[in-house]
Amino acid sequence: MSELPPFQTLIDEHATDVMAVLRGAVGRGGAEDCFQETFLAALRAYPKLKDGRNLRGWLITIAHRKAIDHHRANGRAPLPVADLPEVAVTDPEPGGDVWAAVGALPPKQRAAVTLRFASDLPHAEIAAALGCSPEAARRSLHEGIKRLRKEIA
Amino acid sequence: MKASLQRLAERASKEGLLDVAYTTTDSPFGPLLLAKTRRGLVRVGLPSQDRDELLADLAGRVSPRVLEAPAGLDEVRRELDLYFAGKLDRFDLPLDWQLSHGFRQRVLRAIARIPYGQTRTYTEMATKAGNERAVRAAGSACGSNPIPLVVPCHRVLRTSGALGGYGGGLPMKEALLELENPEN
Repeated sequence: MSELPPFQTLIDEHATDVMAVLRGAVGRGGAEDCFQETFLAALRAYPKLKDGRNLRGWLITIAHRKAIDHHRANGRAPLPVADLPEVAVTDPEPGGDVWAAVGALPPKQRAAVTLRFASDLPHAEIAAALGCSPEAARRSLHEGIKRLRKEIA
Repeated sequence: MKASLQRLAERASKEGLLDVAYTTTDSPFGPLLLAKTRRGLVRVGLPSQDRDELLADLAGRVSPRVLEAPAGLDEVRRELDLYFAGKLDRFDLPLDWQLSHGFRQRVLRAIARIPYGQTRTYTEMATKAGNERAVRAAGSACGSNPIPLVVPCHRVLRTSGALGGYGGGLPMKEALLELENPEN
């Protein structure tokens, strides 16, 4: 027998937080779509969820994944350009794998990095979205960037 | 947020992710909880029963994919409203019997066929379910009825004519019998 609470409980208790995180991560325009995708993905996976102790954390993690998908879909769509610059690039931008690397970070670091660079949030707001102190947010961000540097280099 | 949640319930339903849809509705006795699966009405919670406990029970016994989705329960609500107004003497709703089994389910299916305004005894129900001596078990089947009102366990009395029991309390049982049979 399942110990999981009715899914509606998750909505009642965490929908507002999830929406706030998503507004922070992708802005108002994309938040609604990401919100739907987050809760549908959660609903799909819910009956098989092994550990029901940190449902808020679980939802926020899914929300971040959806936010990353959103940025990826928007940011990596090819832009038509008239003239291709013929300048040799010695220090290329990290490839498209950067978001994959972000996605592989531990949840706190991943969230901090997404909120900082995809959504351009200041530390205080990242802290608010993650429900931790600004110091802890800064630390997660720092650790995340350090790890990304290593991964991508 | 309300529109977002409504959209979510609709999409969940369309994508086959809504295993239990529920809503609450008013009745002359207090709020009722109505819950259905894709098969039909699976649970009616009486005012005396704790809403959170009912939902937790559905999550455990049917599926944790339990969502508040009033739209799917309009017909149930409509028929109940008519019933309480004395304007409906037979429910025409698909039922999901999965919360009762074996002898208990046979008793409940027999109860579902007791006509409006009539009563039967626990002994008669035990007999209909195939074991005339299991009167006490028939009584407990009534007591565990997951779909009261629609499966009218309030129409079952003791052989002596005494009311017996009712999940919603005896005054409610009495009032329902009175509603169905104002002459008596």
